[in-house]
Amino acid sequence: MQPTTHAFPENARKALSDERLQKVLAIAPAGFVNRRKQAADRLPEFEALRDQGRDLKNHVLANLDTYLEAFESKVTGQGGHVHWCRTDQEARDAILGICRKVDAKTVTKGKSMISEEIGINDYLEANGLTPIETDLGEYIIQLRREPPSHIIAPAFHLSKKDVEGTFRQAHTDLPADRVLDEPKVLIAEARQVLRRKFQQADVGITGANIMVAETGSTVIVTNEGNGDLTQILPRVHVVIATIDKVVPTLEDAALVLRLLARSATGQEASAYTTFSTGPRRPGDLDGPEEFHVVLLDNGRSALLGTEFQEVLRCIRCGACMNHCPVYGSVGGHAYGWVYPGPIGSVMQPALLGVKEAGHLPNASTFCGRCEAVCPMRIPLPKMMRHWREKEFEQNLQPAAMRRGLALWGWFARRPALYHAAARMAVRALGALGRGKGRFASLPLAQGWTQHRDMPAPEGRTFQQMWAEKQTVEKTLADKKGKR
Amino acid sequence: MADSQSARAQILGGIRKALNSAEGSEEARRRLATHPRNLIPARAQLPHDRQVELFAAMAAEVSATVELLGGMADVPGAVADYLAGLNLPAEVRVAPDAALDPIPWDRRPTLTVTRGRARDTDGASLTGAFAGVAETGTLMLLSGAERPTTLNFLPDTHIVVLTRGQIVGTMEDAWDRLRAAGGGGALPRTVNFITGPSRTGDIEMRIELGAHGPRRLHILLVED
Repeated sequence: MQPTTHAFPENARKALSDERLQKVLAIAPAGFVNRRKQAADRLPEFEALRDQGRDLKNHVLANLDTYLEAFESKVTGQGGHVHWCRTDQEARDAILGICRKVDAKTVTKGKSMISEEIGINDYLEANGLTPIETDLGEYIIQLRREPPSHIIAPAFHLSKKDVEGTFRQAHTDLPADRVLDEPKVLIAEARQVLRRKFQQADVGITGANIMVAETGSTVIVTNEGNGDLTQILPRVHVVIATIDKVVPTLEDAALVLRLLARSATGQEASAYTTFSTGPRRPGDLDGPEEFHVVLLDNGRSALLGTEFQEVLRCIRCGACMNHCPVYGSVGGHAYGWVYPGPIGSVMQPALLGVKEAGHLPNASTFCGRCEAVCPMRIPLPKMMRHWREKEFEQNLQPAAMRRGLALWGWFARRPALYHAAARMAVRALGALGRGKGRFASLPLAQGWTQHRDMPAPEGRTFQQMWAEKQTVEKTLADKKGKR
Repeated sequence: MADSQSARAQILGGIRKALNSAEGSEEARRRLATHPRNLIPARAQLPHDRQVELFAAMAAEVSATVELLGGMADVPGAVADYLAGLNLPAEVRVAPDAALDPIPWDRRPTLTVTRGRARDTDGASLTGAFAGVAETGTLMLLSGAERPTTLNFLPDTHIVVLTRGQIVGTMEDAWDRLRAAGGGGALPRTVNFITGPSRTGDIEMRIELGAHGPRRLHILLVED
């Protein structure tokens, strides 16, 4: 998928004037927010589990080599194969190689963000294979040739009317006069069409929410059951996962699972949590004959030991985007690539470079809700600030902005001067604006006043008022102490 | 494969350089060997009777149905009545699981029972389970020569026979039971944790049952 992340401002403007999208965004994220809150409130230990989740992932990252080697040796010891891949191209080639070896024609797919990241569908198609997404949302957007707009609800931006149109266009072998007015009917139709595809598939590709080093298992968490049909019906099961998904033990997987479903959909547990270990065993009546894990780095290991290491704790639940006012205003497509929302604003500069994705960390109000709900307590706003610093260091912003920032920086490093200047400016603006109490336009601040009035300061700076408040409180406390 | 080997060396080398670790960590190897528990929520730390109640309540919450039976002898009647109550054909594909052999199917001769893996045309399946997890109302099913996984996903209706004694508090308790059951710490090819029937919210965020897997999950909870 060709990123359009560099065009975020235009993408965002388009999204803001897209009435259909705005209607969806007005309702959908709130549903996720409420359900997550109910699930979290219902489990008294939820906050303590978040602490443990953070600590677990920190431990994993500090011992990543040991756990990856342990995972690999368990997979191969049970007859599976591990394909180490540095880049997206290596991963695409590894998967194509597996498909070619078994002469595959049809490939079914469970939902996987990594498969979006490496653009495997286009690659397989270009090489004469037919990849078929089987998660309902992914299937819909694959038919429409659109990218996902949310990491756990890929067709989030579409209405049932849109889906009806898509199905009528795609399923031409079904009667044209059939009724398709309800989600229930649409789901039944997709189920029927995809059942045939499951039976035809030679290879099934799934992602992995977790890899377990202790047992060499990969874990998927789904609600539809498509990820299971994808891996038990074809002859070959290919798992595509990045190195940060490994956890030590089955107990650690249980910890992550308690956090994942609640943070993602507000469920106590997803309908299906499946641990897959190696190929089918002697005597088994079903299951894949081959089990491959395509283990991808694609820039993750380069984040270790940097200020971005903690982003590797992410379990891809989507809570950050559900709670983000920016995502809630522009939706997922505006972010221009695979990962939207706050996690995208941190991951995309890491994966695509600051030049391509530098707008994203700037498109933040720093309200901090993403960090407040992240099950792994990833300091997303702090990391967005780090990316802004990198952008400045690499000289990527427009000259006027750089001059402004440089000027501000010069003052900010001289607090006495800064406060004096601020006091003068506030007094002057206060005097000028006393009549109306606000400014409809101001030089150098059109970006603000175009959309709303700037309230006039009341003559003192925040620092001044804070200092006075502290003095008053201290006097009161002293008096109380004496009594 | 040669490419994979050089990629492996480079990825692991890069990680070790960043972590300043030469030959892996003793702490990590200990964790793998001892698999310590993390925080376990209090919810399911209950006497066994209450765990059974919690299991049934949580399963019902996710749209599974739970029916209590006095013994395996009651299973054929329960299955026949359940299917008839939904106007479904009196046919069921049963896992070739020795644990289900005590079910006296001849008591309901009108019910057609076949055993084996699921076919696409099967309307209903019946399987056993390895455990029930009270915390979330979840069933734990293991694959094996007698327990084909297709039975858990292909038919529209999945009926599961679970005995009271199989119900444990948490997923961790279930892992302990599995470790104690042998296998040298190796898992079967597929371990399915199933919490209610298949569902999707992908169209306008409305939850509908029966996306790709079973539309109905019926649990026969049998006295030991």
